[in-house]
Amino acid sequence: MIDKNIYNSILSQNNFKESSLDTSSLLKMATREGFGEGLLFLGENNQEVVALAADLTESVQMEKFKETFPNRFFEIGVAEQNLVSVASGMAAIGKLPFAASYAAFSPGRNWEQIRTTICYNDRKVVIVGAHAGLSVGPDGGTHQALEDIGLMRMLPNITVLSPSDSIEARELVKLIPKIKGPVYLRLAREKSFVIHDQGYRPEVGSVDIIYTTANIENRNKRVGIISTGPILYQVLLAAKELEVEGFSVQIMNIHTIKPIDKNKIVEFAKNNNKKILTVEEHQTSGGLGSTISEILSEEYPSLVRKVGVKDRYGQSGTVEQLYKEYGLDKESIKEEIKSLVHLYA
Amino acid sequence: MNITDVEVREIEMHAIEIRESIITMLLEAGSGHTAGPLGMADVFATLYFKILNHNPTNPFWKNRDRVILSNGHICPVLYATMAHAGYFNIAELLTLRKFGSRLQGHPHREFLSMLETSSGPLGSGLSQAVGMALADRLDRKTKAGSQGIGAHQHKYFYCFMGDGELDEGQNWEAFMLLAKQKLHNVICIIDRNRIQIDGDTEDVMPLDPLSHKLDKFNLSVVEIDGHDIRQIVQAFLIAKKNIKPTVIIANTIPGKGFVRAENDYRWHGKPPTQKDADEAFDNMRTMYGRLSNN
Ligand SMILES: Cc1ncc(C[n+]2csc(CCOP(=O)(O)OP(=O)(O)O)c2C)c(N)n1
Ligand SMILES: [Mg+2]
Repeated sequence: MIDKNIYNSILSQNNFKESSLDTSSLLKMATREGFGEGLLFLGENNQEVVALAADLTESVQMEKFKETFPNRFFEIGVAEQNLVSVASGMAAIGKLPFAASYAAFSPGRNWEQIRTTICYNDRKVVIVGAHAGLSVGPDGGTHQALEDIGLMRMLPNITVLSPSDSIEARELVKLIPKIKGPVYLRLAREKSFVIHDQGYRPEVGSVDIIYTTANIENRNKRVGIISTGPILYQVLLAAKELEVEGFSVQIMNIHTIKPIDKNKIVEFAKNNNKKILTVEEHQTSGGLGSTISEILSEEYPSLVRKVGVKDRYGQSGTVEQLYKEYGLDKESIKEEIKSLVHLYA
Repeated sequence: MNITDVEVREIEMHAIEIRESIITMLLEAGSGHTAGPLGMADVFATLYFKILNHNPTNPFWKNRDRVILSNGHICPVLYATMAHAGYFNIAELLTLRKFGSRLQGHPHREFLSMLETSSGPLGSGLSQAVGMALADRLDRKTKAGSQGIGAHQHKYFYCFMGDGELDEGQNWEAFMLLAKQKLHNVICIIDRNRIQIDGDTEDVMPLDPLSHKLDKFNLSVVEIDGHDIRQIVQAFLIAKKNIKPTVIIANTIPGKGFVRAENDYRWHGKPPTQKDADEAFDNMRTMYGRLSNN
């Protein structure tokens, strides 16, 4: 037998145990769970809805749909290229297929099949990319999709959805039958704080200003923040703390990366001193930050600073450790807001 | 037979120690894969302690055999075997999946450069092994003459793959190229444990008759009990002598050694709790005791 003491030395050297995120009375639920509820709702109300999984049925929250509608569920095996192409075929005959895997593999692996068989054909398939972002945690960099928004938003015809909490995910899924053309839905693995209330009803393509600090008239300490996905919660925490210090901040939540309401983005920049901070759990190139920069550089030149992953891959760790390492935790966001306020002030 | 009873016993003991390490590291990590790593401990122990031409103290030695882990999620067995073989300190196994660890949740060369490749996303290992072997053959043809005999020693490329992993079409693209190029020094080992995430392989995506399929792809197939050290050794020796590329189908029991987890697909990606671990260590002590008394 090996001597268990052999392990003790390293344990005492490195204290890996970490405290968890600040607890609050808010409910915690993963966006993928909201998707599961929304899909079940659609299944009950729309006979054409079918679900396809690639050996990750439970992870992508299709288990309930599978149990409830066994005839409308298809197990494709670990084969993401097949997954989306089969879904395209089903859409051609009139079904509304939801094809789900981890975002790292779909659209990570099967991008060309999505491009040609789904988007080029303008076939209405919903590509569900679960476990997107750093919050996948210990599985490490291969499984943390940080490029999927960019990959998807470059494709003509597609709508790109990136919900910030489980309620927003559920409600957006319910709206999918009304969307024209293919859809990409970005989901996170980890439970995150539920920001919206049960009565919240988003509109596809709208942008929502969800928080404005009380001292909003203090124009010389003012910036606008635009965020997408569950990281929005960290932005809210940062803004609330800075509000006490006299900063004035507006926060915009973007659940639809594409199509995007350009006029509202321009108006937001106008109202916020032409100073915008984007925050996303994605590479800063290609994702939300790029989207906003592209719009403002053409329509209303502004200073756009970006918080997100900067040309690196992810790695193993707890969500808290990774947010900190990649500058996505509350403290780092606060620093970015302050430095943007003081720039050219 | 090229192996003595004493050697078999030694490898079996290594395999149990590797299994203990797997349970210990998964328990400490609090996440990770249990079934696949435990099931492959015997094959890994045999490869690293008997077959592989390698030098743990010089992992970058140019003429080493290469090990390509295509099914990256079973890396606990790779890390544990490498540690027990002397590549790094056994204590480091406890850092599995932790922030800053060289032992990332799925193998990442940026963190542990002695790995031959990074993996986790399934289905691309064999293609890389084929690429390595093609490049190596080119070097042997073109450089051996100019740099003298022995500069490019013959080496083997061992590629591990899961059975569920074979759902990925790219494996079959690679099998075709492997056969076309007649790369006899590429040796594939398929962990035929009959499980994947969503259930038993034959329910999720039927693979049988697997050996026939591979045979019809013009590959040489050897099917063995993946827990019988003699059969494992023999399969590797046959594969090394073969003039065709060989696929070893290792029939294994997922979760092997932790009796309650054996043959249960729900242990694919679940780590043990303290209670599970105690039970597993107990099972392993019994296994160890049986060996020592023989
Ligand atoms: C491209 C890709 N798709 C999906 C996954 C998720 N995944 C990890 S392991 C696994 C099952 C693989 O089955 P098998 O190779 O038999 O592994 P075992 O369960 O026997 O360990 C899946 C689907 C992945 N890692 N890569
Ligand atoms: Mg398997």
